[in-house]
Amino acid sequence: MLGHIQSEFRYYSCGSMMAKMNVRGNEMMDDLCRDLDIPFRRNGSFVVCLDENEKAGIQALYDRGVKNGVPDMEILSGDEARKLEPNLTPDAVCVLYAKTAGIICPFKLNIAMAENANVNGVDFRFNTRVETLKKEDGFWKLRTNNGEYKARYVVNAAGVYADVFHNMVSKKKIHITPRKGEYNLLDRNAGGIVERTIFQQPTKYGKGVLVAPTIHGNVIVGPTATDIENKEGVNTTQEGIDELTQKATRCVPNLPMRQVITAFAGLRAHEDHHEFVLGPVEEDETFIDCAGIESPGLTSSPAIGEYIGNMMRDMMHLQNKENWIATRKDILKPSELSIEERNELIKKEPAYGQIICRCESVTEGEIIDAIRRPLGARSLDGVKRRTRAGMGRCQAGFCSPKVMEILSRELGLPLDEITKSGGESKIVFERTKGLEDK
Amino acid sequence: MKNYDIVIVGGGPAGLAAAVAAKKAGNDSILILERDKELGGILNQCIHNGFGLHTFKEELTGPEYAWRFIQQVLDLGIEYKLNTMVMDIAPDRTVTAMNKEDGMFQIPAKAVILAMGCRERPRGALNTPGYRPAGIFSAGTAQRLVNIEGYMPGREVVILGSGDIGLIMARRMTLEGAKVKVVAEVMPYSGGLKRNIVQCLDDFGIPLKLSHTVVDIEGKEHIKAVTIAEVGPDRKPIPGTEERYTCDTLLLSVGLIPENELSQKAGVEMSRITNGPVVNESLETNIPGVFACGNVLHVHDLVDYVSEEATRAGANAAAFVADGCKEEKPAHPITLHATDGVRYTVPSTIDTDRMTDQLTVRFRVGAIYKNAYVSIYYGDERVRHTQKRIIAPGEMEQVILLKDDLKKHPDLSDITIKIENE
Repeated sequence: MLGHIQSEFRYYSCGSMMAKMNVRGNEMMDDLCRDLDIPFRRNGSFVVCLDENEKAGIQALYDRGVKNGVPDMEILSGDEARKLEPNLTPDAVCVLYAKTAGIICPFKLNIAMAENANVNGVDFRFNTRVETLKKEDGFWKLRTNNGEYKARYVVNAAGVYADVFHNMVSKKKIHITPRKGEYNLLDRNAGGIVERTIFQQPTKYGKGVLVAPTIHGNVIVGPTATDIENKEGVNTTQEGIDELTQKATRCVPNLPMRQVITAFAGLRAHEDHHEFVLGPVEEDETFIDCAGIESPGLTSSPAIGEYIGNMMRDMMHLQNKENWIATRKDILKPSELSIEERNELIKKEPAYGQIICRCESVTEGEIIDAIRRPLGARSLDGVKRRTRAGMGRCQAGFCSPKVMEILSRELGLPLDEITKSGGESKIVFERTKGLEDK
Repeated sequence: MKNYDIVIVGGGPAGLAAAVAAKKAGNDSILILERDKELGGILNQCIHNGFGLHTFKEELTGPEYAWRFIQQVLDLGIEYKLNTMVMDIAPDRTVTAMNKEDGMFQIPAKAVILAMGCRERPRGALNTPGYRPAGIFSAGTAQRLVNIEGYMPGREVVILGSGDIGLIMARRMTLEGAKVKVVAEVMPYSGGLKRNIVQCLDDFGIPLKLSHTVVDIEGKEHIKAVTIAEVGPDRKPIPGTEERYTCDTLLLSVGLIPENELSQKAGVEMSRITNGPVVNESLETNIPGVFACGNVLHVHDLVDYVSEEATRAGANAAAFVADGCKEEKPAHPITLHATDGVRYTVPSTIDTDRMTDQLTVRFRVGAIYKNAYVSIYYGDERVRHTQKRIIAPGEMEQVILLKDDLKKHPDLSDITIKIENE
């Protein structure tokens, strides 16, 4: 949910893969978002210093940013910063302002890249878990819960599980810790409290949490950082919720934490050396890691793709595709049309005249598009992440039965086979009494 | 698109009663805009009985109660549009709406009646820790799935919150063969009606745990269990009181919120207590000609009172139009104050010239009071002092003010309603 495109000056030493990929990824983001039709806004970021004695740290961050090649940075006084962000705390003594930082919808970015890959010929197998991995006769054999696959090359982009697969094939072990980050998302009514992404300066007393607008006008607060054992541990905790409230209000004291509409947690794949592990394992150039991808992973993702893609082209002696499709159209958003254009559209496609999600004003037409397009939605969460239906303040209370009906109709499945998010996440189980056979 | 005098936003019990009243008051240019595929609103999924005891002196189901009003709407030839979403209400009372047949259209109305109802507070608003699996529903969503779609969300149920819909669903799920293990309520009292606690929980042996809340939700894909803990007076969980319940369904009945996004965009002044518009004796908001009634105004316990309130709003809207849409405000309105345990009043102001002979003022209290008094003060003078055996937050209270009486106090500017122990 957090879609912060970082201007990197922060914690990555110069020359690290993290710094390189981050700067390159940030550079690529405008063109990528234009080509894939994803909303992206460079809203700028503040790193806020709350202590006179820590001001030198802000200068150090600035210097590191310059070395890493980050353009358009500035150090502002507390007063200058508050002119730009009136809700910033009076305790802010100075601020590092990075104008190239931006915000994006991370779901959209991922889904757009996946759709684009798909129309260019990449197959996807969902609900398919790789269980073992062995090299036999020059081929990797992958045993999964959905049968066996053979491949000449394997790219390991398994997130918090990347160490498991790496360690199956390499003696030079890596170790990934799931580092939990909890977030709170606030109602759009809270939108506008900050325009930029507000970080607290990390000090010896710890790292703060950020307060940022989302590309859709909500406010997001987070993340915490807790190392855990469970690679599936995406639950939120009372401690996390308390920490967010306490830390977020340090930089933005008026933050209306009562307007939280949802909370969630994600796991960063933290490699012990805090560095991206990119490239073939020592023993075998046909097994290529993209491991340890934690923040700034989202910003870096297109650069990592470019880097690994070029590497594989050289290894595999690949030629550029002639019929490469470089662009993609996002789901049409009627709310961005004029009334006249909208009425044209409804005349042609009446489904665009029917609102399904009232909180986010999502029409049936958009939901049908989300289901029918390449790699289309197959679950409530799939529809939600593509259209925002269910992401608003009622959190799908009203629209979920309606979206279930549309999914059921479009996919030709009975309601009791529709899931929240694939796997075991069925929403209803059986008919009520007297309707068992209907 | 045809123009109309009165546009009613919402075809639930409030919108229907308002339409009927406006028509009976002589207005022939009324349009109801309903977002769902049928008139009747949430009543259509309330298939239990108990509706209409006050209005019709009989016990009806929700759809039966709704039908009494739908029938009048049809008989009176009142126009309505289904599957139609109101997208915007402008301060000049232009209503923008959309549906498949008409596309997006605008109606410059002379009067607008807000009757959008309310929505349920979701889990996110509680910020309950744990996983976010399938199997967690607000009680009303589950009610729709069971009663309209005919599907069961699960068989082993825990309910958080003791609002009326949660209580009704405890019984409904039990009748469908599910096991409702417990209802946990964070407050030391239930937010639901006493009769629902008796008829929906006690009669089925379902335990109600007051001062308890859910502190953890387990299950990555589908819910597997919840942990419930007792809370202290600060509503924070007390360590060591945790109890784990395996379940495949968690229903939430943790409060209703009037749906006022449209009202707010229009510039309607809102009450921070009710989350509904601030209205005068005519149920008119700060925007002249914009009226509000039903659960969009404040959340009711009984639909009978919604119908009664909406009838007043409808008649007042018709009178406003008949009177030439005059926008002047009363020179000296009386302000109603809610203090000492009374959380709010509806209405908030009274113009004695415009009020009816009897004016019902409704309010809720913030705690349970036993053998306390409801007192009314005209200025500093206590004019009424009525003892009640029990006054509870879950049951809306009312007092009736008389026009004749208020007219006897021409200089009166403030009326206070409060709870007093003696």
